[in-house]
Amino acid sequence: MKLTKLLTSAAVALGLATTAMAEDKTKVGFVFVGPVGDGGWTYEHNKGRLAVEEKYGDKVETVFVESVPEGPDAERVMTQMALDGADLIFTTSFGYMDPTINVAKKFPKVKFEHATGYKQADNVSVYSARFYEGRAVQGHIAGSMTKSNVIGYIGSYPIPEVIRGINSAYIHAKKVNPDVQFKIVWAYTWFDPAKEADAAKVLIEQGADVILQHTDSTAPQAAAQAAGNVITFGQASDMSEYGPLPRVSSIIDDWAPYYIARVGAVMDGTWTSTSTWDGIGAGMVGIGEISDAVPADIKEQALALKASLASGEYHAFTGPVNKQDGSAWLADGETADDGTLAGMNFYVEGIEGDVPN
Amino acid sequence: MIRLEKRPQPSKTLSLATPLIAVVVTMIAGGLLFATLGKNPFEAIRTIFWDPLFGEYAFYYRPQLLVKGAPLVLIAIGLSLGFRAGIWNIGAEGQYIVGAICGAGVGLAFYPMESFLIFPLMVLAGALGGWAWAMIPALLKVKFGTNEILVSLMLVYVAEQLLASMSLGLLKNPQGFGFPGSRNLQDYASAHNAELITGSGMHWGVVAAFIAVILAYVLLNKHILGFNIRLSGEAPRAARFAGVNPTRLILFCLGASGALAGLAGLFEVSGPSGQVSIDFNAGYGFTAIIVAFLGRLHPVGIMLAGLLMALTYIGGDIAESNLQLPAAAIQVFQGMLLFFLLALDLLTNYRLKFASKGVA
Amino acid sequence: MDLSAINPVLLIASLMVAATPLLLAAIGELVVEKSGVLNLGVEGMMIVGAIAGFAFSVETGSPLLGVIGAAICGALLSLLFAFLTQFALANQVASGLALTLFGLGLSALMGQSYVGVRPPAMPRLDLPVLSDLPVVGPILFSHDPILYFGIALTAVVWAVLKFSRIGLILRAVGENHDAAHALGYHVVRVRILAIMFGGACAGLGGAYISLIRVPQWTEGMTAGIGWIALALVVFASWKPWRVLLGAYLFGGINVLQLNLQAAGVAIPVEYLAMSPYLITILVLVIMSADKSGAPASLGRIFHASQ
Repeated sequence: MKLTKLLTSAAVALGLATTAMAEDKTKVGFVFVGPVGDGGWTYEHNKGRLAVEEKYGDKVETVFVESVPEGPDAERVMTQMALDGADLIFTTSFGYMDPTINVAKKFPKVKFEHATGYKQADNVSVYSARFYEGRAVQGHIAGSMTKSNVIGYIGSYPIPEVIRGINSAYIHAKKVNPDVQFKIVWAYTWFDPAKEADAAKVLIEQGADVILQHTDSTAPQAAAQAAGNVITFGQASDMSEYGPLPRVSSIIDDWAPYYIARVGAVMDGTWTSTSTWDGIGAGMVGIGEISDAVPADIKEQALALKASLASGEYHAFTGPVNKQDGSAWLADGETADDGTLAGMNFYVEGIEGDVPN
Repeated sequence: MIRLEKRPQPSKTLSLATPLIAVVVTMIAGGLLFATLGKNPFEAIRTIFWDPLFGEYAFYYRPQLLVKGAPLVLIAIGLSLGFRAGIWNIGAEGQYIVGAICGAGVGLAFYPMESFLIFPLMVLAGALGGWAWAMIPALLKVKFGTNEILVSLMLVYVAEQLLASMSLGLLKNPQGFGFPGSRNLQDYASAHNAELITGSGMHWGVVAAFIAVILAYVLLNKHILGFNIRLSGEAPRAARFAGVNPTRLILFCLGASGALAGLAGLFEVSGPSGQVSIDFNAGYGFTAIIVAFLGRLHPVGIMLAGLLMALTYIGGDIAESNLQLPAAAIQVFQGMLLFFLLALDLLTNYRLKFASKGVA
Repeated sequence: MDLSAINPVLLIASLMVAATPLLLAAIGELVVEKSGVLNLGVEGMMIVGAIAGFAFSVETGSPLLGVIGAAICGALLSLLFAFLTQFALANQVASGLALTLFGLGLSALMGQSYVGVRPPAMPRLDLPVLSDLPVVGPILFSHDPILYFGIALTAVVWAVLKFSRIGLILRAVGENHDAAHALGYHVVRVRILAIMFGGACAGLGGAYISLIRVPQWTEGMTAGIGWIALALVVFASWKPWRVLLGAYLFGGINVLQLNLQAAGVAIPVEYLAMSPYLITILVLVIMSADKSGAPASLGRIFHASQ
């Protein structure tokens, strides 16, 4: 301690103040796949970054680069951050997986955190959120509230993450409403607000009075509002500007607690490579306020469901559940293992249509 | 009043000087922009233009310049042939994607067999894929007179959907736990377009880009086909009298640009990128159009323009990270650079004359 | 599969909404191209219109002022292109692409404080009696005013091009700028005005997306619509009514494919998602026999001393 102080003052004396200051700070880099102004995925990650800054103040310096294409550009940006002295780098898109591993090999002393992937290394942790827990609550409210028994679902691409959400929502909607039917539309884009608006309108025209979305824009909310008598849920961010109707609740990605914890771990030297898949319990998945448009009893049930998911007492995929073709998947009382969930590429029994490909 | 007078011949000196002037003017205007955003303009300009080339970590960025510039140059060279002849292929992005899919598809079909033949086969497949995708607008134009700008552009969107479908289906990594995206070709020695000398950034795509620059130069200056291309663009009627076959020219120009774009895609997917994924394409096909024009459709100019564009991308990313400039500011900056280059190009071909009003 | 779930009346009504931004931008570009200028910067002008319209209407609380602001900003941005191509005699393809790049960046800078804000709603033009008519009511009489404006604009552009002196001059400049110049028309002035009109229309189209169709502001939200608008002009062989038809066709295919998906039609989704582009190509091939419309001077640089 004394020695460090001595060295620091020596450095100041030598006019190396800036360098020494920089070494005191923990430098954290963020690589974003979209613009921080996308109002959805990247927006929420950036909020996590700001929370880190607020929490640690002068002790931390954060840097970010937005709209980084997956592939060599991502690799270059990560390398650049590492060269410029980052201690910890968060890479926040699935497509950054292999670049992250490549760069991590070159910089064994720098810590990396890759979102939504599955490749770990000594200095690479992976983290993701159990959004499907939030989908269960959504499904419950949706199944209880629908009058037409038709629930519209806007998917981006048919990847396990999205399919898991559809299944979870369907299972819990079906539980409270055996007649419920899901209409699923794939937008085949991550981001195209106009197309999302069209998709929502189409679903409403075909009788859906609940719209669930796995795309990030508020376009479906506005479409639902224009149509009237349709309810929606905020996705990624709270979208409370559309409450109390059509938005009755929301699933919020809340990365702040995790980011604060990981940066803290780097600061006190306790960081180790981990694989985190947190849900409502750890606060990574938030359920936005359930508005007054939802009848009190349904709201109460939804909150109870949320509480049981949070405490771990209940798993969103608890048997008996069959696959779409009728074959058994989970026996009575059995819960799904994380491996199957992570790579889920099938619908559960009762959902119509095929998973594309 | 200022009047323009066309020079009998484009000024040689100015054609070399104007790009430099444009860069300087952009630095000034960009500096003002960065200053209004509350950043130190000198630091920002230095970060974008100087640091990647001569900064502390230039040893890393210089090779990256080649990695980023090579696909741009390769595609732009192909496009420039057509542009010179008045054939507008603006769908290189689609040809790039299809080249990557075909090339990677061939490589993955052989997995896990190791053979030195696999990579050449992939190169062939990549070029053929891009060529075939470009042949669609070419044949439609030849047969029905359909506008190639539109068809090639529409085919970009089709190719993007195809890419998504391939990453989620046929080419999906069987060991990828159901996640989208193919196997990483970097882990498959026979299919990996590795750096030829470690740390140099030189991979086969960079080599191909250099070869393309030389071939295009020879073609345009020494070969009758190059002469025909230039003639068709500059004087279509004369070209017809000279017996230039427009059908063959269309097929050649679109085919060549498609094949080069396909190659760029293949070298990218088998090298720096490594895998076919939903968002594999990063807009190289569109940026290459700008590069082609910045380079004045001249092979050597294109090479320099490609490297300049690459520099602004790399320097831009560094500035974003170190100075926290928004990505949008970098985009505006690039837009300005293009504006000034285009605007100052005027001086190459025209002389400014100051005359009293009324004379004109 | 349940095709009966598709309601053709609602389908038509929503395809009209989906088509309007396309229509507005394409009609503007048609006038630009009729004057002999090819401006590939439509996407850039649209996105700037989208944020400008959004910002104006949020700040003033009036969607109408927002729309007007969007048109003005679109026109201002297009002046940049006009300067490059008309005074600096730069290549139009490259200048247009540069404009798009610039516009995308500029809009993102302008919009930084507008993410997550909700704009004031544009009132729907509810006509008593008419709006309540079966079938025709929802299709024809219950939209926002801008949608009607788009259709009216198509009619006006058609009439002006066909019957008026202004239209005649515009076409003359586009067909043969040297001859037009010899006749004493101000080629450059006509073209600048046409380019500004195109910019205003594109800005309007962008504002339609950010204020009515979506409505929200996010970076890059036009997501390629400007390019489709550009394609539409060629597709329509430079005829205003065909632009309208093309916009509805394109919007229609898109809405239809989403409808088919929702109805559970067993066509692979990725092919459905490709279909609007493939069908555009197909129609293009069929219509390419008609070459009457292309302005002869399109994309060529004009300089009086030549």
